Amino acid sequence: MLNACADRYHFTVGFAASLVSGKLSLLPSTRTPEVVRQLRAFAPDVVCLTDEEDCDIELPRVPYPRGGGRPDTSPPRAPALSVPAIAAAQPAACVFTSGSTGTPVPYRKSWGPLIGCVREGAWRLGVAGGASCAIVATVPPQHMYGLESSVLMALGEGHALCAERPFYPADIAAGLAAVPRPRILISTPIHLRALLESGIALPGADLIVCSTAPLPAQLAADIERRCATRLLEIYGSTETGQIALRRPTQSAEWRLWPGITLSVRGEETWAQGGHIEQPTRMWDVLEVTGDGLFLLHGRVADLVNIAGKRSSLAYLSHQLNSIPGVVDGAFFHVDDPRAAHTGVARVAACVVAPQLDAAQVVEQLRRRIDPVFLPRPLVFVAQLPRTSTGKLPQEALRSLAAAHLKSA
Amino acid sequence: MSEKVSPLRQPAAPVSAAAFTHEVAGLIVEALNLDVAPADIDPAQPLYGEGLGLDSIDILEIALVVSKRYGVQLRADGEENERIFGSLRQLVDYITAHRTK
Repeated sequence: MLNACADRYHFTVGFAASLVSGKLSLLPSTRTPEVVRQLRAFAPDVVCLTDEEDCDIELPRVPYPRGGGRPDTSPPRAPALSVPAIAAAQPAACVFTSGSTGTPVPYRKSWGPLIGCVREGAWRLGVAGGASCAIVATVPPQHMYGLESSVLMALGEGHALCAERPFYPADIAAGLAAVPRPRILISTPIHLRALLESGIALPGADLIVCSTAPLPAQLAADIERRCATRLLEIYGSTETGQIALRRPTQSAEWRLWPGITLSVRGEETWAQGGHIEQPTRMWDVLEVTGDGLFLLHGRVADLVNIAGKRSSLAYLSHQLNSIPGVVDGAFFHVDDPRAAHTGVARVAACVVAPQLDAAQVVEQLRRRIDPVFLPRPLVFVAQLPRTSTGKLPQEALRSLAAAHLKSA
Repeated sequence: MSEKVSPLRQPAAPVSAAAFTHEVAGLIVEALNLDVAPADIDPAQPLYGEGLGLDSIDILEIALVVSKRYGVQLRADGEENERIFGSLRQLVDYITAHRTK
């Protein structure tokens, strides 16, 4: 089942229903027509659960039941339903990463490791076994971090969920103020920076959790001061889920979940053990600094991470080259001096496509890749600066694009 | 009943609608580092998705500069929200009606 519900409560009901009926929840990072086509090939019997009337996903749709929108808050009538037990080995969810060949790579998550990881996280965040908290989250439940830190955190630890997904700073402040304490904000560097810079009055929070990209230490300190709280950062990936934690105002080092180890294989770092079901390559440059400790030194060169959505230059370039009329094309990282401040580093592309215009290429890309990866800018060139071995140095692409933009 | 109630808050420094539209377009181009001249943004063209091609990260960035410059805090649950980013003109109209500085 593809659970496309926008409302976090609807999503949670759909996720739980798929668990008790032994179905697998498919969680792609984006739902472009091309990804939906690949999902149909991966699981021909897939259906889409949706709570939006104008849903245009090309799959058989199951509308979220009308009138079932909100939980029944009247006193329970006996006998109360018992909480179903889910076998640890039951496949619960399937997430996807973009392979370099154009076909997403599926990762199946069993219920035991999935919820075990979150319960370990709750203990480390200091929100296990105590008072029930209200969780306000700015991340979608379909994203691995959002699934773990909002939906599964509530299911596993008996916390309360806010169904809304606040977006603007004023929404986040109002969303927090609307729920009783203790309350937790689950967010990202992009939202936290906007929240801080907007200058609006921030209601107190008992814990703020941040993930998807490293948070600058100064921003972390400002947030802790303004919200009079602790800010904890989670490190993880789509494949592994959350695996490490730090408090950026106190330590640059990350502490791994118990049982998880990192190993270096040449230039690659792999994670294994604990809730990780198979050894997994991490797409960041990690330096092991002690027992269960590491430093994060940024992403590997090919990786693209924009607002928690991950792709690779190879995958994006493959999609560009699959467009009819594109002779050659390549994505590359741009040097945007504002990226350090905004936390958003966009990607650019050079393309050789004499028969197409920019609008046509962008329209075709929009069908294939998430809009956050659309090239800024998209530069039309006569040919790509390939070396004699066919390689495309990133620096040569940047120089070529810069020269074209200057002369335009 | 008082007759002295002002029906609309006026901008701090009144400028023509066209000049103000250009000012907001310039603000968007600068905030997002767009590869387009402010004058080339069609005031009737959608800002989000197709059209200018902005995404939700951009919308959050625009909301931030608009709040800093004009004192307007946007809310997603306001019924007007979808309309506000329908086009540059609608965004300008909204700021004009709600600005506090």
